[in-house]
Amino acid sequence: MPGTITDDIDYTDIEEKYRVHYDDGFDQTLVVDGVPIIDRSKLERLLAKICKEFSRKGLSIKPDDIFMPWDDSSGKSKGYLFVDFRNADDANLALSALHNHPFDSKHTFKINRFTDIEGFANMDETYDEPETEEFTAKEHLRAWLADPQGRDQYVTYRGDDVEIHWHGKPSQSELAFKPEWKEFLYVAWSPLGTYVATLHRQGVRLWGGPSWKPQQRFAHPLVKLIDFSPCEQYLVTWSNEPIVVPEGALQGSQYFSPDDEGNNIAVWDIKSGDLLRTFSTNNDSDLPATKKQMQWPALKWSPDDKFVARVTAGQMISVHELPSMYLHGKKSLKIEGVVDFEWCPQGEKDKEDADKDAKVALNGAASKATVKKARENMLVYWTPEVVNQPARVTLLAFPSRTILRQKNLFNVTECKIYWQNQGDFLCVKVDRHTKTKKSIFCNLEIFRVREKDYPVEVVELKDTVTDFSWEPKGERFAIVSSNDPNLGNPGPGITIKTDVSFYQLEHGKNDFKLLRTLPSRTSNAIRWSPRGRHVVLATVGSSSKSELEFWDLDFNVEDTGRREGLASKEEWGSGIQLLGTADHYGVTDVEWDPSGRYLATSASAWTHTLENGFAIWDFRGQEIIKHIQDRFKQFIWRPRPPTLLTKDQQKLIRKNLREYSRTFDEDDAAEESNVSAELIALRKRLVDEWNAWRALCKKDSTEERVQKHGKVHPEEEKEEIEVWVDEVIEQTEEIVIE
Amino acid sequence: MRPILLQGHERSLTQIKFNTEGDLLLSCSKDHVINVWYSHNGERLGTYEGNNGTVWTVDVDSESRFMVSGAADNTLRLWAVETGKCLYTWEFPTAVKRVAFKEDDSQVVCITEQRMGHQCAIRVFNINRDGDGTNQSQEPLYMFNPIGSKATVCAFTPTPNVIITGHESGKVALFNVKSGDEIENNERAHSDIVTDLQMSKDGTYCITSSKDKAARIHDTKSLMVIKTFTTETPLNSAALAPGRPYVLLGGGQEAMSVTTTSLRQGKFETRFWHKVFEEEVGRVKGHFGPINTIAVHPAGTCYASGGEDGFVRVHHFDDSYFRAKPYGDLEIAD
Repeated sequence: MPGTITDDIDYTDIEEKYRVHYDDGFDQTLVVDGVPIIDRSKLERLLAKICKEFSRKGLSIKPDDIFMPWDDSSGKSKGYLFVDFRNADDANLALSALHNHPFDSKHTFKINRFTDIEGFANMDETYDEPETEEFTAKEHLRAWLADPQGRDQYVTYRGDDVEIHWHGKPSQSELAFKPEWKEFLYVAWSPLGTYVATLHRQGVRLWGGPSWKPQQRFAHPLVKLIDFSPCEQYLVTWSNEPIVVPEGALQGSQYFSPDDEGNNIAVWDIKSGDLLRTFSTNNDSDLPATKKQMQWPALKWSPDDKFVARVTAGQMISVHELPSMYLHGKKSLKIEGVVDFEWCPQGEKDKEDADKDAKVALNGAASKATVKKARENMLVYWTPEVVNQPARVTLLAFPSRTILRQKNLFNVTECKIYWQNQGDFLCVKVDRHTKTKKSIFCNLEIFRVREKDYPVEVVELKDTVTDFSWEPKGERFAIVSSNDPNLGNPGPGITIKTDVSFYQLEHGKNDFKLLRTLPSRTSNAIRWSPRGRHVVLATVGSSSKSELEFWDLDFNVEDTGRREGLASKEEWGSGIQLLGTADHYGVTDVEWDPSGRYLATSASAWTHTLENGFAIWDFRGQEIIKHIQDRFKQFIWRPRPPTLLTKDQQKLIRKNLREYSRTFDEDDAAEESNVSAELIALRKRLVDEWNAWRALCKKDSTEERVQKHGKVHPEEEKEEIEVWVDEVIEQTEEIVIE
Repeated sequence: MRPILLQGHERSLTQIKFNTEGDLLLSCSKDHVINVWYSHNGERLGTYEGNNGTVWTVDVDSESRFMVSGAADNTLRLWAVETGKCLYTWEFPTAVKRVAFKEDDSQVVCITEQRMGHQCAIRVFNINRDGDGTNQSQEPLYMFNPIGSKATVCAFTPTPNVIITGHESGKVALFNVKSGDEIENNERAHSDIVTDLQMSKDGTYCITSSKDKAARIHDTKSLMVIKTFTTETPLNSAALAPGRPYVLLGGGQEAMSVTTTSLRQGKFETRFWHKVFEEEVGRVKGHFGPINTIAVHPAGTCYASGGEDGFVRVHHFDDSYFRAKPYGDLEIAD
């Protein structure tokens, strides 16, 4: 009975699988409202007009596709109609193109999907108050500053592991957090230390707070470089791959839109996570052959986060306002030949002034006259020599766009701009060539920005200057200069001989005078302590030399707070003292901690693979810790925001330093005894364990011996045997005659 | 602690050994010669000539009467310490890499190399102490081939018929020489070749060094790792300092890779580590090549190190070494 067998088989699954799906929805049907109410006579014309209106937007429909409901009682149309499209895509297109479309002066189309109408009709009319989400307090992003011991933090990246450590006294240098972040390029702190960023394949992630929760993310695929704005409000990301927005990608304010395709730089708002704008780094005018290495940061921020600017080489500087990211004044600064520019940093005083200004603006008080206006933002740019025009350095105020100072220069090959971090001085390092263009020498053009008319001083040097660095908050700078013939053609095993010189502003004469030159070094990096005074000269990136020299520039001065005025009494340059030298083999990075008390050096596996690891030194060059770890990649101190104490409060603390330090000394002493007590206990435990084990071993072995020999060997009794050996060397007989 | 430099070898040292009293120091090297020195002044007493290849290893009995040596000429030789005469020669198919006397001087164990189709073998010979020593039996008392990774170092343990071995894979094992059975093993004692193994005075523990940059103290019964000393350089030798709670570690960058690494990377220093706290307490510089072997005087009054540079350096400890208590007053059993 074959028939019955076949009947029993359940085919429903197969039928389900191969069932033809009919398009039974009304997705292609739209409801158009706002159509003029007409009577029968006008129907033909209206339908033709509507069809024309639709086809003007690229959607051809025939009058047959339109169904118009009719009010039979009045003999007029109902003022709406149904349109069938070929498919749902066309319907969607029509929805977006013709919704709110003005049909004539009185009528405007209101279009809805047919499927939606039903939903709208069934809508519950009563208003439900949305439930307010319970408030959960966010973690304080600057919690680490409240550390009772005032310790600093640093992050290390080794192999695939990131660790965040506290750095303090030996017992307090503990692991703060070991995150499980996976597969990222590198880590970076934000400039005020609030966030730590990791660069993943999908984009950038920011982490922060005491439990290191994810704070924000920015979807920029294959991101390679990031740059925070100085006040941590914005983030710039760059990828070498142009942005591609694939079909069906997420859309929204936090994601790239199709308009952004082909660009590689993106600007983001950190707090909201919104994408503000994208740029392209490729200039269309540039030929690929002449493409220079990209500058990073490509976008330069004004110190107050109000503007961001970028340079189009040879043409212009474009300044954008934030947060709108529109071009300021709707036009760029057209500067023929411009090569590079820098914003003037904001000093502590400027910041205070700016805060006051903001307060005044907020209160709308009329006391404006009493408060000094904060300094306008400034930027400085340089242009090279073109035909008949000399090279030029220009100081420009922004947003007023007034030129404050201009200086013409001749025989220029290259300029570099260095601002002192308080915005007091500006040094333009000018590499000049002789008339024959055979040799290069260096001029330092120093602008005193705080003084009237911006006077410029020139320091002329015979050698090539390879590094320049201002003392933070100071009136001194250090340069590394060299006349080594090997300069410019680096090779393995070549260490370039350099001289390091310190200069200081002489107040009476108002010019910069040489303090001291340290001849024939190999140092190629200058690292000033963030508090000034101390400086480390390092030989970085050399395979044979890796010296660190720790210098103090105010060795004779007890109190750094009263440095001014004293300097003139002493002999010029006598306060410079070498505090110590050290050596960290293969050092690649040298960085001071934010307090200026410790220096970290690291040898990164990104550069070479010999003795990777890091070391921390105090300002005298004493080694505090050193870890040699293979595959060590990164060491970064966590930056600190500027202090909240006012100048007067700081002064008061400095005055009463003795009293404060007493409590700290006590802490230190207690700490020391505490540590040693713990250590002694640990050692005692270890010794006890060892001794117990040894006792057990001894017992075992004597027992074995008893078994073996039947008796206990006395423990190697020492037996002293005295042996007198008389040796007859020679015997002679002599006859004595009496 | 001014060292005495013993310049008697033309090639790198392979092993050095003090005799029981510590007055004599035996050294062997790749130049085919074994030297014997007065340890107190570094004067050379004599040489043992006859080997026709690198002498890999020596050991001396407790009476300083007989000495055995193993060499790359595939021979194990028995020597009279006093006269320098070769008393007996055993021949094998491959080189002898390690020899060791039993505590009671009645037996000698030797390891032969795995090469030319021959397996690594461990043989135990009876030493006939009667007469002038020339009357020895040609055949080994026991012989077996350790299965798996080849053995590189060995020594007798206080348990009868049990030897402890270190292997190329980093394994440390106990073998019964009678049956050739592996009694106990610690496969992961080290992660690279075991380069040296030295017993404590009473034989209840031993120290091993390895190319994996670590040295370890093991219990010779259970093979339990008691202490670990982790350095940053491959180790060639480790020794225990009697009387003081220190271990001495020596090594350095492989000779073949010295030219490709920076000089200061070599780390050719003898390192002193605290035996119980596993902390480094000091270093002694001097060699300009890797240290191949370290031996400490049985009374703990001096130590000697032999290097790839061909020199033996004998250091007599200063008074301060014995008096210094860097960790306070602690009673630490030897």
